[in-house]
Amino acid sequence: MHPNKKRLRRSMMFLNCQKPALIKDPYIYQPDSIMLDLEDAVAENQKDAARYSLFHALKEIDYRGVERVVRINGLDTPHWKEDIRVCVAGGADTIRIAKTESAADVRTVEEHVLAAEREFGRPEGSTLLMAALESCKGVLNALEICQSSDRLIGIALSGGDYTKDLQTTITGTGVELMGARQHMIMAARAAGVQCWDTVFTNLDDMEGFERETKMIKLMGFDGKSLVNPRQIAVVHRIFTPSEKEILFAEKVVREIDDKKAKGIGVFTVDGKMIDVAFYDGAKRTLAMAKAAGVYKGVC
Amino acid sequence: MEIKKTAMAGTLESSDAQVTVEPGEGGIELLIESSVMYQYGRRIRTVALETLNRLGVTNARVTIFDKGALDCTIKARVECAVYRSNEITEQLPWGGVIR
Amino acid sequence: MRNAVGREIPEEILKETGKEAFRGAYAFDNYEYRKAAPTVHALNDPGRSKLVENIHEALVKCGIRDGMTLSFHHHFREGDYVVNMVMEEVHRMGVKDITICASSLGKANDPIVPYIEDGTITGLQSSGVRGRIGEAISNGKLKNLAIMRSHGGRVRAIESGEVHIDIAFIGAPTCDEYGNMRANGGKSDCGVLSYAMADAEYADRVVAVTDCLVPFPNIPASISMVHVDYVCVVDAIGNPEKIATGAAKPTTDVRKLMMADYCTQFVIHTPYFKEGFSYQTGVGGASIASTISLGKIMEERGIHMGLGLGGITTPMCELLEKGLIKKLVDTQDFDLGAIESIKTNPNHIEISASEYANPFNKGAYVNKLDFVILASLEVDVHFNCNVVVGSDGMISGAQGGHPDTAAGAKCTIVILPLLQGRIPAIRTDVTTVTTPGETVDVVITDYGIAINPRRQDLVECMKDVDLPFCTIEELRDKAYAMAGEPDAVPFEDRVVGIIEARDGTIMDVVHQRKEFSF
Repeated sequence: MHPNKKRLRRSMMFLNCQKPALIKDPYIYQPDSIMLDLEDAVAENQKDAARYSLFHALKEIDYRGVERVVRINGLDTPHWKEDIRVCVAGGADTIRIAKTESAADVRTVEEHVLAAEREFGRPEGSTLLMAALESCKGVLNALEICQSSDRLIGIALSGGDYTKDLQTTITGTGVELMGARQHMIMAARAAGVQCWDTVFTNLDDMEGFERETKMIKLMGFDGKSLVNPRQIAVVHRIFTPSEKEILFAEKVVREIDDKKAKGIGVFTVDGKMIDVAFYDGAKRTLAMAKAAGVYKGVC
Repeated sequence: MEIKKTAMAGTLESSDAQVTVEPGEGGIELLIESSVMYQYGRRIRTVALETLNRLGVTNARVTIFDKGALDCTIKARVECAVYRSNEITEQLPWGGVIR
Repeated sequence: MRNAVGREIPEEILKETGKEAFRGAYAFDNYEYRKAAPTVHALNDPGRSKLVENIHEALVKCGIRDGMTLSFHHHFREGDYVVNMVMEEVHRMGVKDITICASSLGKANDPIVPYIEDGTITGLQSSGVRGRIGEAISNGKLKNLAIMRSHGGRVRAIESGEVHIDIAFIGAPTCDEYGNMRANGGKSDCGVLSYAMADAEYADRVVAVTDCLVPFPNIPASISMVHVDYVCVVDAIGNPEKIATGAAKPTTDVRKLMMADYCTQFVIHTPYFKEGFSYQTGVGGASIASTISLGKIMEERGIHMGLGLGGITTPMCELLEKGLIKKLVDTQDFDLGAIESIKTNPNHIEISASEYANPFNKGAYVNKLDFVILASLEVDVHFNCNVVVGSDGMISGAQGGHPDTAAGAKCTIVILPLLQGRIPAIRTDVTTVTTPGETVDVVITDYGIAINPRRQDLVECMKDVDLPFCTIEELRDKAYAMAGEPDAVPFEDRVVGIIEARDGTIMDVVHQRKEFSF
């Protein structure tokens, strides 16, 4: 497996490739990933210009460990093939495929990525993929999409286009996205890949944003696509285990290791009944805490 | 590369540069206006000339309105304008003369 | 000769001005001097009126003549009409060779540029200049050397007699016919008249200019009738919309919020953050955001500010209202909220610029500051700041209280983004030095925080604090790595202005700008 396939991706911040002021130093806000956009943010007659900016940004700007995802134009446009070439030539970490509808879409992109890796002398398999699901068909095909490629790190919901396809709108209640969210997270987990929630565009409603982020965390999502650096700290706060959670997880791991050796199956930690089924969850909490830089223990 | 027609790339927003290329009259004629002329005028000129040289442009009138763009943006805008003047948008030499 | 901040001060400038080169921020402690005194005219005939018809009559009665020094204040900021209306009349009368001694000049005063070009105005002394006046000076249009002084330095120059004001024109939002001036109650309220107080006391002639004549006595007066020769009523002393605007909406720019957060975290981890601490901040987005976040922590911890000082903005007044500040001591109001506050809150108090910052009085308020949060155009690797000359060599800013508060405060924090567009703000050399690095303790940028190595005590305090500390050289290197090392701006040999230190010595000189060529 690619070493970065499962890295921490709580916050994935969109940036318009066509805006030099935006792409020159977004790493100071410390998102887990930036998504350099060649698609919707770039006007149709500037698609070519955005690629030159992207290429030099990827080559010359030190993004200081922040994952560099590039959102390419959809397979129904004349742009995506050149988008893939520039991404691979520039050494993007991950390509986000817009409007993915099937496993075949991912495999089509994969073929072109492989060709580009050969053309530009990049290691084969080094470029990861993620799929944005923006239609009912795409959401319904979530499982086959998740299982389509070893390069695929996960799927992201694109709520705007998806609700149009549903013939509704984003209401702020979340009711229109309930089914897609639930379905996608199940598909992702079944396939062992990650899953990200859609953007929240009302920057004046930070409370609504926080509510939604808490909800999708509880649903099992790995993180969220973001439109503004103001949103990063909120997501990180919600997606980073608290000190209490870390201490508890640490105890659970220690106790299970210890009790297993002694042949004890069920026991209590801080008054809670614990058995071996808690092990993976506790390990995941600690791994998340470690990746977020708030835990330096050894468990 | 030949400059076949007038082409433009970039904007006048802060941190950007607007580059126009036009067919030349023998040699490179480079005009630069910059909000940071005193401190980076020479550097902008060097980067623009190097980029044109890499692209094999030897006969062009090039105008740059710079609003404090970094080197990578100057390069991107010059390259874009030159390829636009040739109407080339695909199979670009990434990592070749574009670097 | 090279002065204490390493700047080369040409010998002929030292000779021409009779000034010394800067020797260090506290070189004049305990300095003994005799204060200046104005030549004044008594008024003991109760039948004589101070009212004059217009500026022309005021000028005539004050004996205007070539070579005089006229003074003005800048409490009307970018809405000021007074400088322009007086200078227009001076120009109309054909008077030449005037020196303007203003507490500051802004873009509102662009209309006086032609009078610089035609020799009506040959000297300018100000905290700084923006807009076209700055361009005129930088391009060598002013005959004599421009002198840039801090707010405290200006009062020192006036009180020590280094500059003698012949006529002071003091714009007053309200005034009675005997010259009692107040900053509030009229149509162009500006909150306080702090910067004009020294002018009133030390000028030979004082003219109150108002657009709101009120019944006698207009008290308590900011400036008393005992100093005032004439009262001139005009249609408008300024544009109220530009004198004071609504409070700036708190910034949502994450970069500024991040720097504000660094600043607050730094402040609360120093030993000075304790009950009764004193604090001054500016009007920039990051300073205001930092005031707001500091307020929250003060509330949580039950810590009160004993003294809030300086140019005042709404967020400081809100802390006063909440009882988190004991006394708000004011020399300038930046928005309507601040003006409203000084009218209504008895713990919001007007002081003179001398009390605020004069280094030659027997102790100024700035000396009692624990913290001051400042901005800067540039900072060099020795922590010297430049707030007057742009990186392109053009005079475009003002010293204000920057050097005064930096010298006074126990902890001087400068906040600025590492790059202003492409221009590195942290650099090997600043274009001019206005505030000496020995008085600057911490520099906070979006890329990291540098503590002045002189302040090992602060370094020690921050040992376990989770903030992105680095050296000032590292900040510079990061800036240069991104933007490239900037070329040195080329200047002509001619000196067009001097940056005067608070104590009257020369901190730096400003050279005439040179046209760019490859």
